[in-house]
Amino acid sequence: MLKRLITSREALLVGAIVLLLALISSRFPGFITPPNLANVFNDTSPLILLAIGQMIVILTKCIDLSVAANLALTGMVVSMVNVAAPGLPIIVILVVAIGLGTLLGMINGVLVWKLAIPPIVVTLGTMTIFRGIIFVISDGKWVNSHEMSPAFKAFPRTELLGLPVLGWIAILAVIVFTIVMTRTTLGRAFYAAGGNPHAATYAGINVGKTQFWAFTISGALAGLTGYLWVSRFAVSYVDIAGGFELDVVAACVIGGVSIMGGVGTVAGALLGALFLGIIKNALPVVDISPFWQLAISGGAIIVAVALNAQANREKGRIILKRAEQAS
Amino acid sequence: MSTTERIIPDRLRSPLEQRLKSWETLLLLVAIGIFIANSLASPYFLNAWNLSDATFNFTEKAMIAFAMALLIISGEIDLSVASTIALASTAMGAAVQMGVGTPGLVMIGLGVGLLCGAFNGVLVTRLGLPSIVVTIGTMSLFRGISYIVLGDQAFRGYPASFSWFGQGYVWWVISFEFVLFAIIAVIYAVLLHRTNFGRAVYAIGNNATGAMFSGIRVQRVKFILFLLTGLMSGVAAICLTARLGSTRPSIATGWELEIVTMVVLGGVSILGGSGTIVGVVIAAFVMGLVTFGLGLLNVPGIVMSIVIGALLIGVIALPRLWSMWRAR
Amino acid sequence: MLKKSDSAIPSEGSTAQTAILALDGVTKTFPGVKALSEISLQLIPGKVTALIGENGAGKSTVVKILTGIYQPDGGAILVDGQRTTFPAPQAAADNGVTAIHQETVLFDELSVAENIFLGHAPRGAFGLIDRKMMNQKAGEILDGVGAKIEPDHKLKDLGIANKHLVAIARALSIDARVVIMDEPTAALSHKEIEELYELVESLKAQGKAILFISHKFDEIFRIADNYTVFRDGQLIGDGAIADVTEADLVKMMVGRDVSQIFPQRTPNPGDDILKVAGYSHPTEFEDIGFTLRTGEILGFYGLVGAGRSEFMQALFGMTRLSAGAVEIDRAPVQIKSPADAVDHGIVYVPEDRGKQGAILDLPIFQNVTLPSLGRLSNNGFLKLAEEFKLAREYTERLDLRAASLDTHVTNLSGGNQQKVVIAKWLATQPKVIILDEPTKGVDIGSKAAVHEFMAELAAQGLAVIMVSSEIPEILGMSDRVIVMREGRMVAELSDKDLQPETLVRHAAGI
Repeated sequence: MLKRLITSREALLVGAIVLLLALISSRFPGFITPPNLANVFNDTSPLILLAIGQMIVILTKCIDLSVAANLALTGMVVSMVNVAAPGLPIIVILVVAIGLGTLLGMINGVLVWKLAIPPIVVTLGTMTIFRGIIFVISDGKWVNSHEMSPAFKAFPRTELLGLPVLGWIAILAVIVFTIVMTRTTLGRAFYAAGGNPHAATYAGINVGKTQFWAFTISGALAGLTGYLWVSRFAVSYVDIAGGFELDVVAACVIGGVSIMGGVGTVAGALLGALFLGIIKNALPVVDISPFWQLAISGGAIIVAVALNAQANREKGRIILKRAEQAS
Repeated sequence: MSTTERIIPDRLRSPLEQRLKSWETLLLLVAIGIFIANSLASPYFLNAWNLSDATFNFTEKAMIAFAMALLIISGEIDLSVASTIALASTAMGAAVQMGVGTPGLVMIGLGVGLLCGAFNGVLVTRLGLPSIVVTIGTMSLFRGISYIVLGDQAFRGYPASFSWFGQGYVWWVISFEFVLFAIIAVIYAVLLHRTNFGRAVYAIGNNATGAMFSGIRVQRVKFILFLLTGLMSGVAAICLTARLGSTRPSIATGWELEIVTMVVLGGVSILGGSGTIVGVVIAAFVMGLVTFGLGLLNVPGIVMSIVIGALLIGVIALPRLWSMWRAR
Repeated sequence: MLKKSDSAIPSEGSTAQTAILALDGVTKTFPGVKALSEISLQLIPGKVTALIGENGAGKSTVVKILTGIYQPDGGAILVDGQRTTFPAPQAAADNGVTAIHQETVLFDELSVAENIFLGHAPRGAFGLIDRKMMNQKAGEILDGVGAKIEPDHKLKDLGIANKHLVAIARALSIDARVVIMDEPTAALSHKEIEELYELVESLKAQGKAILFISHKFDEIFRIADNYTVFRDGQLIGDGAIADVTEADLVKMMVGRDVSQIFPQRTPNPGDDILKVAGYSHPTEFEDIGFTLRTGEILGFYGLVGAGRSEFMQALFGMTRLSAGAVEIDRAPVQIKSPADAVDHGIVYVPEDRGKQGAILDLPIFQNVTLPSLGRLSNNGFLKLAEEFKLAREYTERLDLRAASLDTHVTNLSGGNQQKVVIAKWLATQPKVIILDEPTKGVDIGSKAAVHEFMAELAAQGLAVIMVSSEIPEILGMSDRVIVMREGRMVAELSDKDLQPETLVRHAAGI
């Protein structure tokens, strides 16, 4: 059981993260104090949530470039709802956010499933459309902190056992989706549909429908994150989380998710996101200009994908008996 | 062998007939429709200088889109093009501070573009990595280097002779950029449709294994395509930097997606194997016209993105919906 | 189209009532092709029914209809005599229909047990998959088929034969009443085939109905009880296997008497053209060496997986060697890529036509001229008229049947696709042509044409290497035969040594 949970890919990444933390703490021990680590985790939570959704989409041989735009649109809608009706309980806001995000994800899913349009084209299109809609509904204006109700802003920041609700939601998502991916029929279908679509069809799995559900889950998580994002930063405007979709894909790639589909785990997505999150939070601490962050994450993506490719390199057929014994 | 006299015709339908029923024709009709709608909607549209200004909306992107079209037809993609612009522009900006003149700046711009393309090409063709991931990585890396160099600063002080590449006119309202765009379009059209190299690109995009088994040097062709895409990014970097007169690390942000949109809108299959340069040229005009027309109507740029996004999905979805509806 | 013969009318009554699963008058049309035309099929409990037909006869379409992947346009599916439909693969599975497909590849990233139970895993608390139960059940099924495989290993860590056993275990995990086996022995060794036969017997004994699709007549006569023959999407005949001979079945398959006649040749070998020495690969083959002369046909025989194709692809520059040297026209050359091989006059017609041989979505003429473009162009610029001229010359030489030269290759039959691939290579004017299973997936009519053409090429002085697993083809065509086993050359035979028994004994190592 333990062996299956921590396959070499994830173990390597845990090693890299521990090494990273050790390097940082050798000069700045304060970085690895529990409160700071909790803070880093909390700060990385939106990335973790989106990376889980993206991981599932990539598993099915698709990609969702619209997650950040979905997040921004949902965030704007819930902010405006909050401004219009400040008294609405947070649970309603959460339902609206998840519901709208799910709907937007379903739009992607239907276009991929029913019209068989390549996912990269679909989500490139919906990405720009979603951003455009934000402008239309907000008229380009910001929703600022003072317009939001205190309860709206307080929810993700409320601390439980030293970790804000935002962080707990990420932990909950990791647990829920680990179970979904390993213990449900749908979870296994994601692997099957992406790993071998042909055989999946024969096994009674509707590949297109499975991809639809992947986009739906990705959309739901993006919607949820949309609310958490705008309430945490207490501001909402057209360009929030601009370009964040690429960070999300980067977290997946670093986490060992294969862009060819069929390979990836929730743990991998989590670790990939944490790796990027730690770097982002550590740079100012170790006194490196935050302008280095972009280049470092770019370099990390390239190194990660090169390492994954080396590990998965196809070996030739083994025909010679001698070679079989030797290997 | 049987010796029945049979002659297989070269073609069943004439090339002209095929062309009339093609994607490009449909797109051309869309472009004409938008043109007419624009001229009806705004009295300022049919003005030579305004139209000339409008071409700047797409010329730089289209230069890259031509190379990108070949790359996508071959089954690869390069998402780092906008970041390559940023890096090339940053390098030119740094050179200006050291007093390098216009010829030197051009060499640096082109050289950095080629280097970025070569870097992508080596990772994809030598190490066998998927290009979409590699170029998402280099997209962050190249722009990241610009941020490291510039931070929140900007490079200025480009010489007047350099500005001509982005602001100069060859004749009357015909800008240098537009002429360059036209020349590059012709070069790429010939390269793709009239040379061995272009044929190899199609073969690789349809079936890379089959192409290799046919004696085509697949990795070499792909490497050259990455080089060309990098080079075009360098050219675009020169034009854009000259037009803006300054370099910030955020230069050309988001262009990679607009360029891919242009290519796909032009009828190039994102899965590789098919597409034409003419299609990309028309798509460039369509996107330019939409942006310009809505601009004249005082519609903000961000709203235009809805139209572009809807066009991208719509032009692919509508024919499929139509055939599904007819099949019922 | 041929009219159904008298024997084609399925015997209504007794068998129709006992059939677990039957097709009645099923028709299936694809754009431009009638894949099945009012066919009928009965699967009886405790009996093995062999489905026989050439490639393109409609066998795989039938399998896809029976497993719910395709929907018939007309006719009915009967389960226990009741009309039903299989709108999705799941519906077929729910009715106890399961299939073991040719491609044994399942899902590399899932565990063995997950592969077996994908879609019908045992559930525990909250409807979640009960892993422990799943692994235990998987272990029981695997024991049942004599496979020593751990249920919780990932599939990617298994060898090809074990993957096949997992596929079989998967089929058995559904409490199936009907088991469809689509060329199940294609990838198996002798020993594994024997084990499969035993498994089929035990399934029969459990009262399951089995549909067995195979090209191998020895196999069919060994395990089948009934037969059904298709030709061009029509039912030609069915009945008990005991009532027919191999010749009867062949006649039904092809619609005429075919005794395999190979072209008469007078071997006339000329000078040495190709010399291979010490060719070795880290895992695939070792120490292959031979000399080939112009006008000669050299056969390579061996069991599937003996390393013949791997060696040929290395000779063609696809894979890296660990050692070896090659001479062409007595001059040493370096072949590091297929492009090098083509430059030196060595060309390769691969076994996998769709993936390696042809670019299916390009027109015929572009396929034919692809490796010759350098010769057809002016400083890299194409000369379209000459391109068509060259394509026409070689496709007509091969008697290609196509609507036009700009037809996409994907629209051609297997035999005509093979002609396009061969035309492509002949247009380069090669010195040595390697043909890897040249008549696999080619209908019997076109087979003779391919053989005749090979003989013609040799007569014109081309050196031919032919890889084949069909003994009649090897014996009928080759001047000399090299036998490979487990990646090594084990015999080189010619003249009176060329006997079927000798070939088999060397190939199997007995």
